[in-house]
Amino acid sequence: MAKKIKLEVVTPDKLLLSKEVDVVVCTGTEGEFGVLYGHVPFLATLAVGEMRFRDGNQTDYAAIAGGFAEVTGERVTVLAEAAELAREIDTDRAKSARERAEKRLAQAQAEEIDFARAEAAMKRAMLRMRVADRGGSLA
Amino acid sequence: MPSLRDIQNKIAAVKKTRQITRAMNMVAAAKLRGVQEKTERFRPYAEKYAEVLGSLSQGVDPEIHPLLAQPETVDKVALILLSADRGLCGSFNMNLILAAQQFLNDRKAKGQEVDFYVVGRKGADFFKRRKTPMAEQLRGAMNVIDFDLAVKVARFGLNAFLNGEVQEVYFIYSKFQSMVSQVPTVEKLLPISPVDTGEDVEPEQQQIGAAEYLTEPSAEEILVELLPRYVNVRMYSGLLETGTSEQAARMAAMDNATNNCKEMIKDLTLVFNKARQAAITAELMDIVGGAEALKG
Repeated sequence: MAKKIKLEVVTPDKLLLSKEVDVVVCTGTEGEFGVLYGHVPFLATLAVGEMRFRDGNQTDYAAIAGGFAEVTGERVTVLAEAAELAREIDTDRAKSARERAEKRLAQAQAEEIDFARAEAAMKRAMLRMRVADRGGSLA
Repeated sequence: MPSLRDIQNKIAAVKKTRQITRAMNMVAAAKLRGVQEKTERFRPYAEKYAEVLGSLSQGVDPEIHPLLAQPETVDKVALILLSADRGLCGSFNMNLILAAQQFLNDRKAKGQEVDFYVVGRKGADFFKRRKTPMAEQLRGAMNVIDFDLAVKVARFGLNAFLNGEVQEVYFIYSKFQSMVSQVPTVEKLLPISPVDTGEDVEPEQQQIGAAEYLTEPSAEEILVELLPRYVNVRMYSGLLETGTSEQAARMAAMDNATNNCKEMIKDLTLVFNKARQAAITAELMDIVGGAEALKG
């Protein structure tokens, strides 16, 4: 069996995850990329998107709200602005966040800056819901 | 000579004060633990961030990003003062305020204008009384220190800097050195000088570090992504340090106050006992005098 790679997800608030896994797949700004043990040193910015990691037969999901990933041969470090594991996502909260974002999006058409912020909030909320759904189906 | 009752009342009052200061000390201790935990959780993030940024920014042309551009002349700067919302923490707020005041005076002497941003009610109140113009005041924000707050505060500086209104941005925070020593510190936030992004690694080593990475998108584009966020990261550590210092200062101040109360109770009890003794003696004298008079 191939060696495992150490995955660490760090946010400003906490060390979300520290775990040995078989494979990690992240959403970069230029597309998804997968990382196995022995990957060349690699640095990528992450988009607001999901991250999945497989350990044995179990695949878990996490929502990453932007940041970057540093890959060395033995380790992947994801530095995220905010991140949540699929099973920890509060769907109700995500839903209400989406509704808020929708409302603001409708209001903010005029102002460019607010629009960008509302759009980003919208993206994050939708991502959280999508990831939460995945986590639910697997649990 | 105050009456016995007066002294007794005074003792009761001081005892109550002692109770309050003791409680405040414990509250501050609990809050201190909270902030310290946050700092602990943030440390891995901050360290990693500085490390990656350090290795990336090696050999990069400062021209590529406005946040790196060193100004040629400076005629206007921004200052962000982080202070506490609450008092009763000794000279904590005053130290920060004095550091800010001195900064303002220095810059004025150099003929530079200062855009002044204040976080925390105590700082804002002080400068409002002094009628010092403030570009922005943020009151009641230091109760909950989180990353969102850091983003909000950092945006003051970022906006002013990127609009070209100011050429440099500084911030003043309280560095937590130990439980008894918190030092107001002035640091330059923008432009980001290459020196403070990386650790002290030998130049050659750093070169290798940068070359080793494959990057996606290009190293420069990543840098452009990371730099504005780095400002948030620094602001967050500044806020956390200030929060830690505040609670530590309050603990020390309240501990002192509790001790002073104890001392005062001791002194007052002594006075009370003396007065009681004197009263008893006087009464005895009366009785004895009366008895003598009756004997005739």
